[in-house]
Amino acid sequence: MEDRLPKAEVSALDTLRANASKIADALLPVLAVLAALAIGAIILLMLGANPVAAYGALLEGAFGSGNAVAETIVKATPLLLVGLGICIAFRGNVINIGGEGQMVVGALLATLVGLRLTSWPGWVVVPLAMLAGFVGGAIWGGIPGILKAYFRVNEILSTVMMNAIAVQAMNYLLRGPMIDPAQMELASRIPQTAALPEAFRLPRLAPTRLHLGAFIAVVLAVGVYILLWRTTLGYRIRAVGQNPDASRYGGIRVRHHVVVALLLSGAFAGLAGATQVFGVNYRMITDGSATGFTGSAGFNGIVAALFGQLHPIGAIPASFLFGALLVGANKLQRMMQVPSAFITSLNGLVVVFVVSSDIWRRQRQKRRLAAAQRAAEAAVADSGGPA
Amino acid sequence: MSSKIKWIVPLLLIAMLTACGGGGGAEEEEGVFRVAVIMPSAINDLAFSQSMYDALIATQEEMGGPESMELVYSESMFVVDDAAAAIRDYASQGYDLVIAHGSQYGSSLREIAPDFPETSFAHGTTVDTFVDEGIENVFAYDAASDQGGYVNGVIAGLLTESNVIGVIGPIETGDAKLYVDGFVAGVASVNPEAVVNVNYIGSFSDVALATEAANTHIAAGADVLTGSAQMVVGAIGVAEANGVYWLGTQSSQTSLAPSIVVANQVYDWTVVLDQIIELNRAGTYGGTAYRITLENEGLVIDFNPDLDLPADVQAAANDTIQGIIDGSITVDIGE
Amino acid sequence: MISELFSATVLIGIIASGIRLATPYLYAAIGETFGQRSGVLNLGVEGQMLLGAFAAFYVAFTTGNLWLGLLAAAVVGALMGLAMAFVSVTLHAEQGISGIGFYLFGLGVSDLLFQRMLGTVETVNGFQPIYIRGLSDLPVLGRILFSQNILVYGAFVLVPIAWFVLNKTTLGLKIRAVGENPQAADSLGVSVNRVRYFTVTLGGVLSGIAGASLSIALLNVFQQNLTSGLGFIAVALVYFGGWRPAGVLLGALLFSMVNSLQLWVQVLGIPVPSDIAVMMPYVLTIVALILTVQRVRSPSALSKPFQREG
Repeated sequence: MEDRLPKAEVSALDTLRANASKIADALLPVLAVLAALAIGAIILLMLGANPVAAYGALLEGAFGSGNAVAETIVKATPLLLVGLGICIAFRGNVINIGGEGQMVVGALLATLVGLRLTSWPGWVVVPLAMLAGFVGGAIWGGIPGILKAYFRVNEILSTVMMNAIAVQAMNYLLRGPMIDPAQMELASRIPQTAALPEAFRLPRLAPTRLHLGAFIAVVLAVGVYILLWRTTLGYRIRAVGQNPDASRYGGIRVRHHVVVALLLSGAFAGLAGATQVFGVNYRMITDGSATGFTGSAGFNGIVAALFGQLHPIGAIPASFLFGALLVGANKLQRMMQVPSAFITSLNGLVVVFVVSSDIWRRQRQKRRLAAAQRAAEAAVADSGGPA
Repeated sequence: MSSKIKWIVPLLLIAMLTACGGGGGAEEEEGVFRVAVIMPSAINDLAFSQSMYDALIATQEEMGGPESMELVYSESMFVVDDAAAAIRDYASQGYDLVIAHGSQYGSSLREIAPDFPETSFAHGTTVDTFVDEGIENVFAYDAASDQGGYVNGVIAGLLTESNVIGVIGPIETGDAKLYVDGFVAGVASVNPEAVVNVNYIGSFSDVALATEAANTHIAAGADVLTGSAQMVVGAIGVAEANGVYWLGTQSSQTSLAPSIVVANQVYDWTVVLDQIIELNRAGTYGGTAYRITLENEGLVIDFNPDLDLPADVQAAANDTIQGIIDGSITVDIGE
Repeated sequence: MISELFSATVLIGIIASGIRLATPYLYAAIGETFGQRSGVLNLGVEGQMLLGAFAAFYVAFTTGNLWLGLLAAAVVGALMGLAMAFVSVTLHAEQGISGIGFYLFGLGVSDLLFQRMLGTVETVNGFQPIYIRGLSDLPVLGRILFSQNILVYGAFVLVPIAWFVLNKTTLGLKIRAVGENPQAADSLGVSVNRVRYFTVTLGGVLSGIAGASLSIALLNVFQQNLTSGLGFIAVALVYFGGWRPAGVLLGALLFSMVNSLQLWVQVLGIPVPSDIAVMMPYVLTIVALILTVQRVRSPSALSKPFQREG
């Protein structure tokens, strides 16, 4: 068949090939984004805008200055946090599309802590508030978990409904029990809470809005990696996700781990909500929808996690890129005065193209596995059969 | 290891960028007044955002077209922190006036305005210019929508035969609440017998639910309807199909159903814009709160010319408008 | 006040508006049921509905022909369905995510087209209620059941048709086989991918019509984000219905009637904060599912792309 190379060279070549293949894997989403941008360019032409100038504006908006990069990271932070939760949920084979509601509930609980404990020192309240956000999200994710595990209520259904419930709860709380006392005196009553005391705000890298939340998110990404691959809990979640029946025979409590996966997934989204309030907005305010507060991070975080191939570390650059796209697109809208609907369309195209491109990665992965198998077989043959 | 490689992607992009360099420098022409506006919904929403966009276009024409006044906008900025980024970006591009057209943008503005002391910001709807916090370059504006609500309420109270009137609102706050409270007071002032059923649908976008709310009101016997915000467009159609009167607010909705729209409270922000631009040119960048009212003609009751309103109702409406203007009627919305 | 809730006017009102509100859910959720029964999860229903709604409105507005509008919605829905099928069936893309992509695409493009081609909110004279002589004059039932427009009737007629197709025809057998055990279906000579292309495209057509039922029959306007989350509820209702048309019907009616109940709660001035009232249908849908603990299993191959082994 083919000339047998000396063993050392085989492995060197394979390593090289493997590395090239991995680089190609990493570049694949970028190529897919470029393809989506190409279609976007056609739409831009139809809108009478110059695509080169438009995409120049997009890049400038995302990376053109220190502040632009900071904005990109600010945008990426909730995507990463939600995405980390998604990594856990999807590895456990549960679909969590309740990130929006979980962010809202986490933010509400964290804000409540911040507004109640105003006389406490910041170094106590901020961690408490983050914890409250984590817990809030965990509750809002845990409920669909329990419903799925013990009442057979599908999690797509329950998370969609829970999103709507969270929004109405937010509207109710912000225009009633949690409203800014100053607004109570006005006839118009803007539905917002009082501002958080300065001492409670997450430190920022002045003059940008880049806040400590970004750092927390990256640290947690490592944490989630350890959780999923270095702990028994993570192993069990993944085992349940891959094969619930086998796990059951193996003595893993399947239902319990379904709940834990959704609960943790919600918790990270809740934390994302809390960092948005304590790092970016400094108060909660509602326009009647979840999006006004979350910026759809509860959905986009899913996309970011999948771009990062459901790996917590991979989610870091994926969120950054996706954040860049969102931030840059807003700049594009401003610079070129194209309707914001163009941005939404482009966002959709990018998502479709990136998930579609994944087929080539999987094909290569398969080929890689086959090659590795061949190499192993060859090695065995070289050493004169199995020992 | 694969994680290391994934980091290459953003690095590559950044490298590409530095090679590309920045965009073209904005050439600042002398005398051109540059305005940027950030709005929560679409410029053609037939409601709150459109009221400001229309006013800006009118002001632009008044000033002599795009050569004298440059206008850029970001619409559908319902995400509050995206709006904050837009506000900061426009300000740093040297726009003379940056309008944050949504009460939810207040916190962002308070943070950004001090960094751009040479830029005027305008914020609505609110009464707070942050001047007592030492910020001097923010104008505030709001609408006394309870006044037009009151007039519409008077019209509704007189038109109703069933003595049931239906109201559709988004969420129970802000401008919508003000309008609805004024409307209820207006109805009570002329027709204490009439029942006003109020329905808040919990959303600014759910046209289907708002439409069904109109059906519900009609099934409950309502023969006059009103509603606030952009999701009521379908409800107006229901009113038309059932031959029930409709009273509009924010922008003129007559075009949607000329046979049943009686009158609209139309917001005309040009009054505010003119004063802000004048002050800005004179070197005052903020500190004043404006309110559009019937008196200063920022609020206009726009009657549908194609609808024959009974003379007594028309007269009562005119008297109410006059009464509010001269102060003989005060709109009491029970604070 | 609360006693008024049980008056005839209110009960008739709740049922009548429940039937109207359920219409778009039925089209979209029945369409999604076909897709899911064959193993494809499509979260992009909302985007298909929006494009369908715009297409129907635009064509009806410019030509004055509602049926052409309906056809346009179906065609646009079919194209979106085909695209989804290509991505999920041929390219094996992660279905949940590609659906979100198509949702965003539909949300953005329908708005862009609206702004460029219409520019402002317009109205059309949509499908009018059809009075069926005799039936419509029945005392109570007549007003509720027989004074709706054609697309409302269509949605309810669709339910038994879908049941029949899924359970009593060869096509239905193939669809279910492909969704339960694609390998076996394949070995019996059923083209798994072709069946899935068909169901996903059919789902697109029905989602498009769901959009049309809003823009040219029930609401008679088009606006950005006209559907405002209806498409996601429709997908949830497929789960509620346990992948059976009758279950979907039950879910759609329950959700819609509770929604109209909450409108009545507010109209009658029952002292419940409006936000809490708005929550009712969402909460009750979940509670209903808890109480009726379901024993229905999802199609085994749901959201798993098919690949021939070997």
